[in-house]
Amino acid sequence: MKVLVAVKRVIDYNVKVRVKPDNSGVDLANVKMAMNPFCEIAVEEAVRLKEKGVASEIVVVSIGPKAAQEQIRTALALGADRGIHVETDQEVQSLEAAKLLKAVVEKEEPKLVILGKQSIDSDNNQTGQMLAALTGMPQGTFASEVVVEGEKVNVTREVDGGLMTVSLNLPAVVTTDLRLNEPRYASLPNIMKAKKKPLDATSPADLGVDISPRLETVKVEAPAARKAGIKVEDVAQLVDKLKNEAKVI
Amino acid sequence: MSILVFAEHDNSSLKQATLSVLAAAKEIGGDIDVLVAGENCGAVAEQAAKADGVNKVLVADNAAYGHFLGENLGELVAELGKNYSHILAAAGTTGKDFMPRVAALLDVAQISDIMGVVDADTFVRPIYAGNAIATVKSKDSTKVITVRPTAFDPVAAEAGSASVENLDVVKDAGLSSFVKEELAQSDRPDLASASIVISGGRGMQNGENFKMLEQVADLLGAAVGASRAAVDAGFVPNDMQVGQTGKIVAPQLYIAVGISGAIQHLAGMGDSKVIVAINKDEEAPIFQVADYGLVADLFEAIPQLEEELKKVL
Repeated sequence: MKVLVAVKRVIDYNVKVRVKPDNSGVDLANVKMAMNPFCEIAVEEAVRLKEKGVASEIVVVSIGPKAAQEQIRTALALGADRGIHVETDQEVQSLEAAKLLKAVVEKEEPKLVILGKQSIDSDNNQTGQMLAALTGMPQGTFASEVVVEGEKVNVTREVDGGLMTVSLNLPAVVTTDLRLNEPRYASLPNIMKAKKKPLDATSPADLGVDISPRLETVKVEAPAARKAGIKVEDVAQLVDKLKNEAKVI
Repeated sequence: MSILVFAEHDNSSLKQATLSVLAAAKEIGGDIDVLVAGENCGAVAEQAAKADGVNKVLVADNAAYGHFLGENLGELVAELGKNYSHILAAAGTTGKDFMPRVAALLDVAQISDIMGVVDADTFVRPIYAGNAIATVKSKDSTKVITVRPTAFDPVAAEAGSASVENLDVVKDAGLSSFVKEELAQSDRPDLASASIVISGGRGMQNGENFKMLEQVADLLGAAVGASRAAVDAGFVPNDMQVGQTGKIVAPQLYIAVGISGAIQHLAGMGDSKVIVAINKDEEAPIFQVADYGLVADLFEAIPQLEEELKKVL
């Protein structure tokens, strides 16, 4: 079966985020960018499904500026077979990303679509569920285990109370949580090979999707800084402070 | 304006997070209806009817909603939501699962995890793991919103007497089914709403050592949490994770034990009133946000903490 994986180019998770002085957003100039960590887990899961003989082809799609092709190449180096780049320099919000992915799904007709549960920039946690709703697919969100059995997929989900397993009809959407797998690193030979794998470019206009944002960002501010407090000498002093100064016990 | 609040519950009792979502709804202003969707959830509807500020409780009681499957809830809430200006749910795993489906079916954006209400169209929410705070304005006619419960003080649970109306609309998408769940059993308070939380990190070394934290937790009436490192290492289950992608907590007292303080962890507990850090590495970033820091080996400090607490409590 064909598996479609969506990946997003975001600020590297190790980078300290700085808000622009004019409060228009976060400073992304000369900042290291990388594949969203949850998307890496999505690629890894697809590659494992292929290694098990469950997936026959892995198509990776990314929406974003020209530079997002770096993240597609990374996914190709990790084992995806071909890439689709939906190129735009405009901001793409979750609903519009889901509409673009829907257009790709209608062309590619994958049995399974795997996405990260959220991106670490906008922290929205929306696109996979929106894609599922728009395409009439079921969804297994926050997945920690994915087992394909015939025309169904069983997804174990990380929920507030523990774990919950659902059975979904295929085709389905899965969004990854942290413990689904540990992504591998791309080997140098595979990075070289990835350069020769096919990568098709398209655009929101080609796909017939209006990506005008529905949410306007009024301002972006740094959070209120929390002051470091004091160091206590020992446990007895700590308990005394908590009881008599902070009055929280 | 009219607001539909989705009640979070387990078919027997209303989750406290719902009372915080109601507080956010009151800040927006307008008539507030609560939807209780579940299976054999009559007791929840009675509780919801007593919550402060509720105009009407709508009950959708059917096996299709028993396990809160996103496909079925998405269709139900999208249909009911057409009559409202705002649709709100708690940003827990249930709300995060089905609310984007509602937004997509209504062809509107979702505003995730709001921590403040500016006006009926404008909301404040964290981005980049809380390292930036965005104010966003919606241009949509219907606002689909998930609410960070810890950012809003809950409304009174026993203040009203709203009417209860049973709905006969059944939405079963037939796309998914429940197989099983493994829920943690604990007599301790719920992590997300506990007033004291004690969390362990990689420094705990193994799951067995979390018993030390549990003993302290039981003295304080606290919940026990963990950092991602401790969950990834298999010390404790995923439902204990505090952080950007785990649970968001904001207790009166947060005690971080053997936790270095990665930004992803700080995103989940940085709004706690008082933070205590116990770590043997005095350079650990957790000390930069701690009100009280103790540089010590936790294996000595935690038994001492238990003894000292026994003296004063």
